[in-house]
Amino acid sequence: MQSSKAFITRQLALVIAVLALGVGSLSLGHYPLPLSEVFHQLTHYSQSSGIAGQVIWSVRLPRILMALLAGGALGLCGATLQGVFHNPLVDPHIIGVTSGSAFGGTLAILLGLDPLLMMGSTFFFGLSALILVYAVAALQGRENALVLILSGIILSGFFAALVSLIQYQADTEEVLPNIVFWLLGSFATANWHKVWMLAIPVSIAAAILFQLRWRINLLSLSDKDARAQGVSVVTLRRCVLFCCALLVAAQVAVSGSIAWVGLVIPHLARLLVGVDHRRLLPTAFLLGGGFMIIVDDIARTLMQAEIPIGIITALVGAPLFTVLLIHSSRRRRR
Amino acid sequence: MKNGELRVQQLLYGHDSPLFEAMDFHCQRGEIWAVLGRNGLGKSTLLDTLTGFLKPLGGSIEQQGGVGIVAQHSHLPFPYLVSDVVLMGRAQHVRLFSQPGRKDKQAVIDALEQLNIAHLAACTFSSLSGGQQQLVMIARALVTASQTLLLDEPCAALDLANQQVVLQLISDLAHRQQRGIIFTTHDPVHALQVATHTLLLLPEGKWLAGATDSIVTEENMQQAYGLALRKFRVENYATPFIAPLFMINQVP
Repeated sequence: MQSSKAFITRQLALVIAVLALGVGSLSLGHYPLPLSEVFHQLTHYSQSSGIAGQVIWSVRLPRILMALLAGGALGLCGATLQGVFHNPLVDPHIIGVTSGSAFGGTLAILLGLDPLLMMGSTFFFGLSALILVYAVAALQGRENALVLILSGIILSGFFAALVSLIQYQADTEEVLPNIVFWLLGSFATANWHKVWMLAIPVSIAAAILFQLRWRINLLSLSDKDARAQGVSVVTLRRCVLFCCALLVAAQVAVSGSIAWVGLVIPHLARLLVGVDHRRLLPTAFLLGGGFMIIVDDIARTLMQAEIPIGIITALVGAPLFTVLLIHSSRRRRR
Repeated sequence: MKNGELRVQQLLYGHDSPLFEAMDFHCQRGEIWAVLGRNGLGKSTLLDTLTGFLKPLGGSIEQQGGVGIVAQHSHLPFPYLVSDVVLMGRAQHVRLFSQPGRKDKQAVIDALEQLNIAHLAACTFSSLSGGQQQLVMIARALVTASQTLLLDEPCAALDLANQQVVLQLISDLAHRQQRGIIFTTHDPVHALQVATHTLLLLPEGKWLAGATDSIVTEENMQQAYGLALRKFRVENYATPFIAPLFMINQVP
């Protein structure tokens, strides 16, 4: 594997690539702007800088930042959970938080709550789902990875059923389309308020996980093995899962439930930098963010109407995952 | 109590009820203890109790200098590099929110060099042979700096040549570095070759502990395994050997 110098060079290149992607995306859209105009606007901020300034500062920049943070959160969360659960097929849905948050958001739309309360509800039910996962595990008297995964599947199914129930009950003229569009994921309603709502929890959780990146290598050992190395597995795993729940709940709160990113991006990252979580976690964050910016570019430019994010991540993610699996099985055979 | 000692007094252990009568033994610095006994009697459970993974049901375990363990099966979910695997042994020396530093990486290099597997550092663990994996796991136990090492059937999956390598290593670690070592095995010859002391687990909750030569006798072995064994010496070899006298009934 590459040396740490080569790794840092690559990581820097990745940061620059994602930044370039973000700036490039500012020029894309139904109101096309040349790159020179984008640079001019970025370097000369003023309230009254005409349509171009409005488009960049109030519409596209918050939207791109949200896509970056949401994609990064999903990539980081997926990489972390795959490590913690010793299983490369795990994705952020597994701990039940996605479904819990989806229920919270759906309920808020049904009740017609304002955006702030809706975010609160999404957060509340997302984190409640994690607590319930632990409660179900406690009823089984054990708290190992398998028990937590099974409890997560139980809670996911339960909240998914509640979401369906709300959809079934919702007014088909107004509320139901809103719910469906929100559930499929979108950054169309991006604003600076939502950027902060996403940025604060994501920065906190990502900073903690980043500091714990080597410990996640240890958590990826079997519980018994990790304990023999002197790791307090149960406490550490709770802390890590709480951070993951924070990432997922924040992402769902601002942009609905988005599948595939948390599953595929960690595999792509492993292909680039190997399995050591010290390298994997930052790479998965950057790749996830970059991937989501591209997906959002497609969502807002491909057709006249916006395409929901969830549809594109699945359409792009499924074949990409297939290619990655074929590639890694070939590599193993070599 | 000195660094590298492990003393067990009136120990009762097991998952729910005690597996053996109250047990006493004292592994001192530089001593090698072999644990012998039939399948399922509780050899691995004893090691789990000594590491603290299982709580003793009674009595006490005192130790000084830390206990490291080399488990029997080592499955890793991801293809980690050998150096990353060994580095994980440093968990107790790295603070919670910190990353391993230069000192930790040096400890890894030292351990790999000591076991003559430094050239494997950049290989993936899963690509190694069973014998090499065992050595890597021993290296990981060495970097913990624990003064007492427990090895659960370290020779179980190894061919004869690799068994010799691992037994030699066990002997070196005890005699050169004055560590205390406890290992489980199914082969009483291993006990006779390297172990200064032996703990023999017998049926019905009985056990025997003491100097290997006095414990690994034809009579005790017969009691433990229910078949006859012959203990003998070979010219030019310092330690005795023991072999089972298998009796196979041929179908007429």
